[in-house]
Amino acid sequence: MRLITHNMLQCPVKGCSKDNFPLRIEDAEIENADADFNPQFLKRMLDRIAWGALVQTSFSLGVAKLPESPGDPNDDEFLQTLHHVLLETRVKEGRMVCNGCGHVYPIREGIPNMLLQENEV
Amino acid sequence: MSRPEHTAPPEIFYNESEATKYTQNSRIMQIQADMTTRALELLSLPPDEPCYLLDIGCGSGLSGEVLEVEGHVWVGLDISEAMLDVANEREVEGDLFLHDIGHGLGFRPGTFDGCISVSVLQWLCNADRSSHVPKRRLARFFTTLYSSLTRGGRAVFQFYPENPDQVELIVSSAMVAGFTGGLVVDYPNSTRAKKYFLVLFAGSPDNSSQPLPQALGTDLPQGTEPSQIVNASAGRRPRPEKRGKGQKRKSVKDRDYIMRKKELNKRRGKDVPLDSKYTGRKRSGRF
Ligand SMILES: C[S@@+](CC[C@H](N)C(=O)[O-])C[C@H]1O[C@@H](n2cnc3c(N)ncnc32)[C@H](O)[C@@H]1O
Ligand SMILES: [Zn+2]
Repeated sequence: MRLITHNMLQCPVKGCSKDNFPLRIEDAEIENADADFNPQFLKRMLDRIAWGALVQTSFSLGVAKLPESPGDPNDDEFLQTLHHVLLETRVKEGRMVCNGCGHVYPIREGIPNMLLQENEV
Repeated sequence: MSRPEHTAPPEIFYNESEATKYTQNSRIMQIQADMTTRALELLSLPPDEPCYLLDIGCGSGLSGEVLEVEGHVWVGLDISEAMLDVANEREVEGDLFLHDIGHGLGFRPGTFDGCISVSVLQWLCNADRSSHVPKRRLARFFTTLYSSLTRGGRAVFQFYPENPDQVELIVSSAMVAGFTGGLVVDYPNSTRAKKYFLVLFAGSPDNSSQPLPQALGTDLPQGTEPSQIVNASAGRRPRPEKRGKGQKRKSVKDRDYIMRKKELNKRRGKDVPLDSKYTGRKRSGRF
């Protein structure tokens, strides 16, 4: 799972609407995978990124230092850093925990298990 | 022939052997890729713009690969671990999630530019557990999908309805969830080439109503079985769709497609030896 997608995830448990985002990542094994640099895509996504959550997550994983607020989308260095954080950083093992309801989503081989119990839907 | 949905729940039916069958049979691979190409065309994304897309029931990644060849970034959901494991082995670029879509999606509002789904939706009409009520599962799915799309975003589902009641159940569930749109049936008069696409609009950026795209092959007379359209992208020459002003059609050229696919495979080091540090995907830096 790339960090861009983690930034979009919220807890799917029915009725969990407080503190359901971002899911806290624990015991993470991180993997870097090269991806094509695509400034057009990054600019497109910039508005959709929850910046505070991204800064917090990348800090907790020790990935890269991001500025407090989004940088200039025409600044190449900023875009390169963003590219690395969003699209080249993958969580391979570990788990995500919802700060709202406490549900644990294990991650195995890069695939988070989002399956819920019937009483959670 | 019995329908797979009647034999077992999807997470059981799509086991390891079914999953490997999927990616070792070039005919299946071609058909899934062709239907994805058509679904992508029906999405009518802004031309030459890399988008963030959702693939519902992504399976072993056959549909997702078409998206990445077209330059999009994608996220795939599937209920079968075996299918996802194959997708992983094939090193698809999309983010994979083990998820039952009948439980609803967990994405923030306005996340995706669009959504595609190939050969999946009929599974949601089944009640595989005593707690499953298809109508409720469809409602939860479509409601959460609606909110996860950007305003004006589309979702296109190729699916295999079992009967008209299923079509009705699916379409009405989508409309109740707020979508507009409807069914596009390609080659309606051919038993072999006939394909159902549910085309949904999650509102529109300017609140105008959007017309349904034109189906293919509607002018062919009853009973024609044009053998060349079975492989849709190879044989079909779609008539230009009517477009809004200023919009140019982005056609998916067959040769182009293959070239890019080859390039993609080469980049991943599939047919070429890993002789340079730039070949294939480099993985490093774990801790
Ligand atoms: C025919 S395969 C298609 C896979 C892929 N879209 C392709 O074109 O190759 C159908 C897929 O739908 C998945 N599926 C069925 N029911 C599902 C559900 N409730 N939630 C998520 N995935 C489901 C199955 O696990 C299977 O991988
Ligand atoms: Zn929760």
